[in-house]
Amino acid sequence: MRKFTTTLGALLVMAASSTLADGHKVKVGMITTLSGGGSGLGIDVRDGFMLAVKGNKNISVITKDDQRKPDIAVQLADKMIQSDKVDVLTGIIWSNLAMAVVPATVNQGKFYLSPNAGPSKLAGKGCHKNYFNVAWQNDNLHEAAGGYANSAGFKNSFILAPNYPAGKDALTGYKRFFKGKLAGEIYTKLGQKDYAAEIAQIRASGADSVFFFLPGGMGIGFMKQFSQSGIKLPIVGPAFSFDQGILKAVGDAALGVKNTSQWSKDIDNAANKKFVSDFKSEYGRLPSLYASQGYDTGKLLISAMSKAKIKDMDKFRDALRKADFSSTRGKFSFDTNHHPIQDIYVREVIKEGKTLTNKIVSVGLKDHSNAYVSDCKM
Amino acid sequence: MTLILFFEQLLNGIQFGTMLFLMSAGLTLIFGVMGLINLAHGSFYMIGAFSAALIAALTESFWLALLASLAGAAIAGVLIEIIIIRRLYRRDHLDQVLATFALILLLSEGVRWCFGAFPLYLNIPNVLNGTVPIFDNIIYSKYRLFIIFMGFLIALGLYILITKTRLGIRIRAGQNDRQMISALGVDISKLYTIVFAIGASLAGLAGAMIGAIQSVEVGMGEPILILAFVVIVIGGIGSIKGALVGSILVGVTDTIGRIFLPELLKVFMEPSNATSVGSSIGSMLIYILMALILIIKPSGLFGKS
Repeated sequence: MRKFTTTLGALLVMAASSTLADGHKVKVGMITTLSGGGSGLGIDVRDGFMLAVKGNKNISVITKDDQRKPDIAVQLADKMIQSDKVDVLTGIIWSNLAMAVVPATVNQGKFYLSPNAGPSKLAGKGCHKNYFNVAWQNDNLHEAAGGYANSAGFKNSFILAPNYPAGKDALTGYKRFFKGKLAGEIYTKLGQKDYAAEIAQIRASGADSVFFFLPGGMGIGFMKQFSQSGIKLPIVGPAFSFDQGILKAVGDAALGVKNTSQWSKDIDNAANKKFVSDFKSEYGRLPSLYASQGYDTGKLLISAMSKAKIKDMDKFRDALRKADFSSTRGKFSFDTNHHPIQDIYVREVIKEGKTLTNKIVSVGLKDHSNAYVSDCKM
Repeated sequence: MTLILFFEQLLNGIQFGTMLFLMSAGLTLIFGVMGLINLAHGSFYMIGAFSAALIAALTESFWLALLASLAGAAIAGVLIEIIIIRRLYRRDHLDQVLATFALILLLSEGVRWCFGAFPLYLNIPNVLNGTVPIFDNIIYSKYRLFIIFMGFLIALGLYILITKTRLGIRIRAGQNDRQMISALGVDISKLYTIVFAIGASLAGLAGAMIGAIQSVEVGMGEPILILAFVVIVIGGIGSIKGALVGSILVGVTDTIGRIFLPELLKVFMEPSNATSVGSSIGSMLIYILMALILIIKPSGLFGKS
């Protein structure tokens, strides 16, 4: 009998301790683009996130490839929520995929932490208490580019972006801050690589500057073709076409271009220095802004986990909202619609030895939030 | 909208068309001779571009890189034909689609293993960098003129190959009656390997030439493959002449449409709506063109009914 009670006692203790541990465990579902065009972005977000949560025994991550297709992303999200029972979803790069996945996810009582896509709908009318964006609202970097264009004295810009939610947010963002006239405005096909026709329009338009938002491989093609066209107009754009992953493929055509970013590898703070050197030693390459976003997402999650259990959603949400982690960007906080308030920098593409990279030249917008805060009723 | 701009856009359309021709010529040749639907054709485009980027990085010579793209894609073509494709000729089209789709996945993943997921660097040679004035004051990219020139050179080469050489006679005979020519003692399996390699190397060349002005990355062949299928359906499956006409038609329609439709809509719409609606319709234009042609000529412009 005595033996029985001790065994029972031991069992009870084990059970209790395991429920205790369960309460602190978080299962993360990461849906991101790991194959096909644009996979460099997803790989950077994943690697940044994994670096942040490395060695943390309370976090388990399931990673799946969405192939940049909205229907596949939706299927993966359903499966992760229903059969894998994840607590938090993250990872999506593209705004059209985010629009397909995020509303259903947060309505089913799961948290979604966006490491990249920040479509205007999810910041304004479609905002949700379980949705947090750790990167930026889509318009942000473009607004800073518009602001920079004013200070550089541009009066007549030609602007172009792909025809999808983030592309429209980009041109809206630029126009919101740019005070000059528009020499032309073009929406290109998503995934388009050849810009001969658009470049001919730019040449004929009489513009004094060009603003473009063409993320991933799209921007490589544009920059190379633009520099070959012999048009000598200054270019300004968001960091997406000048990030570390693709500068090598663009080559010297990118040298000297001004681009706007919330992150740069030379931001001077301890968290960022540690991130850059850890990332280099872990993966053997320089991190991009996408990697920094994935990393910050991981750090944010860890900070909330130290304050609250995931099962207590209200407390966990409050913990997330506090954003009590040291961001690679330095100062970082959430506005009431759960999008960042942060500095946006103007960077210039330079050569460090043989490697093309960016350095900060000025602060574009200080403590910048987004235009949709007042539309969001949580 | 000046006439000069229109002419420049027309040239852009033709350049896009000649590049499509390099892709669709191989595709239509393979379908015409072997009756094989090859979804993996876009992978040869990718292999060509990666071979070129590799050689360009080693030797810093664009011309060697172009040769490497031809050789790389041809070698890959021969190996894949012998190991896999050969088993598919007798199967029906659904099996071929499944098997070649699997090949796309295998080859993309394989290239990622070897080269990583980040785009590679490949640039045009200095001789072709910059622009030349043509006629009065149209300024046009030297490299794009070079692409047009290469496209027509290869069209001419294929024409001579098909109509004037012994190999061409065999290819045409294979297209018409494959049992008869094997009965006449032509080694049909060798002929098939050669045709497959020609198709693959043309796609590889296209990949290298385009990779130099766009980006060399995994999965670059798939978007262009869809267009190549549109081209051969318009031109008539199996017809090289059809592929040439179809390519130019698709290239010009796409380029002119996506630029001038938004301009046209601006006449009676608010500018930013016009750009957005116009470019949406612009990207549908080639499919509308395909539908129209198929209504009038169900087997394509030069297809045998």
